Amino acid sequence: MVGIVIVSHSAKAAEGIRELAMQMASPETPILAAGGMEDGGIGTDAFRIQTAIEEADRGEGVLLLVDLGSAIMSAETAIDFLDEEIDVRIADTPVLEGAVSAAVTASSGGDLDEVLAAAMEARSMQKLS
Amino acid sequence: MAAKIYECIEVIGNKIIENKDFLTDLDRQIGDADHGINMARGYTEVLKTLNQDNTDIGAVLKDTGKVLIKTVGGASGPLYGTAYMKAGKVMSGKTEVTADDAKAMMDAIIGGIKLRGKAEQGEKTMLDSIIPAYEALCAGIDSGKDLKACLEDMCSAASAGVEYTKTIRATKGRASYLGDRSIGVQDPGATSSLYTLEAIRDFAAKL
Ligand SMILES: Nc1ncnc2c1ncn2[C@@H]1O[C@H](COP(=O)(O)OP(=O)(O)O)[C@@H](O)[C@H]1O
Ligand SMILES: [Mg+2]
Repeated sequence: MVGIVIVSHSAKAAEGIRELAMQMASPETPILAAGGMEDGGIGTDAFRIQTAIEEADRGEGVLLLVDLGSAIMSAETAIDFLDEEIDVRIADTPVLEGAVSAAVTASSGGDLDEVLAAAMEARSMQKLS
Repeated sequence: MAAKIYECIEVIGNKIIENKDFLTDLDRQIGDADHGINMARGYTEVLKTLNQDNTDIGAVLKDTGKVLIKTVGGASGPLYGTAYMKAGKVMSGKTEVTADDAKAMMDAIIGGIKLRGKAEQGEKTMLDSIIPAYEALCAGIDSGKDLKACLEDMCSAASAGVEYTKTIRATKGRASYLGDRSIGVQDPGATSSLYTLEAIRDFAAKL
């Protein structure tokens, strides 16, 4: 299964988004939250993200969903730190909606390209029809 | 000169920590009011956790970068962290800094910051003090000045770079959300970079 890592400046936000995504996915889907700093502060920590990527990887790659600003820089730093060859992509999409879409596709066995495509569809998701 | 790399980092850290409020205040005007807090938190942890007796400059610089990445939290964390790690790579296994090393480190630092932040000079970031500083350093070294004079030139150029950031609008980082309203305030990251370079100059002056 493709892994999913949710990166946010806030540990609570990342955990909450993970919770919502898990509701749409089978329980064994590797969805991890990498939010906030070790001391509980607001921010992003590339090492936390790196650990989450390694834990989420089942050999089929990992998709990262990120919130604002430096989350992307920290995510890219984390990718540089990986020793193992893990196929990691960053989805340029709203973090919550993207995580939910990605979770559904990952859970049903989609490959990394498909999970990324699902996450990207969240960009054009319409809420009021 | 051996065994002093920790002391150099200490001078940098103390200067950043002393100026925490001013840096935060600049970030309050064009960002989210945390640059000084972020940097001071990072350097406090660096000074607490670094091995003070390690004379391998490269190793100490790399450790400094890792701690900053882990503890700074904002964009400046991965940016300064990457900068230190790139400088550490240049200095791997060395216990002294030559003029050529200084140039090579600055070049690697700029490359690292560009790689991480995808910014160029003129976007109102730390690059606007570091790139002119590098150019002045190289010019000084190439014209045969002694290293202390070169470091003086480097700091003057960085300071002029900070002044220049007052005149331009931000197109990278949080300050870019402000558009033209970012004009008139000096960039917090360019300012902390100036302090870093000044601390290195002051440290070298006492050797
Ligand atoms: N893409 C970038 N490239 C280079 N420097 C940047 C970039 N984005 C932000 N910066 C620098 O980081 C500083 C802000 O740092 P900080 O306040 O600690 O992080 P954040 O913006 O995440 O709150 C800016 O003043 C600027 O110098
Ligand atoms: Mg800030």
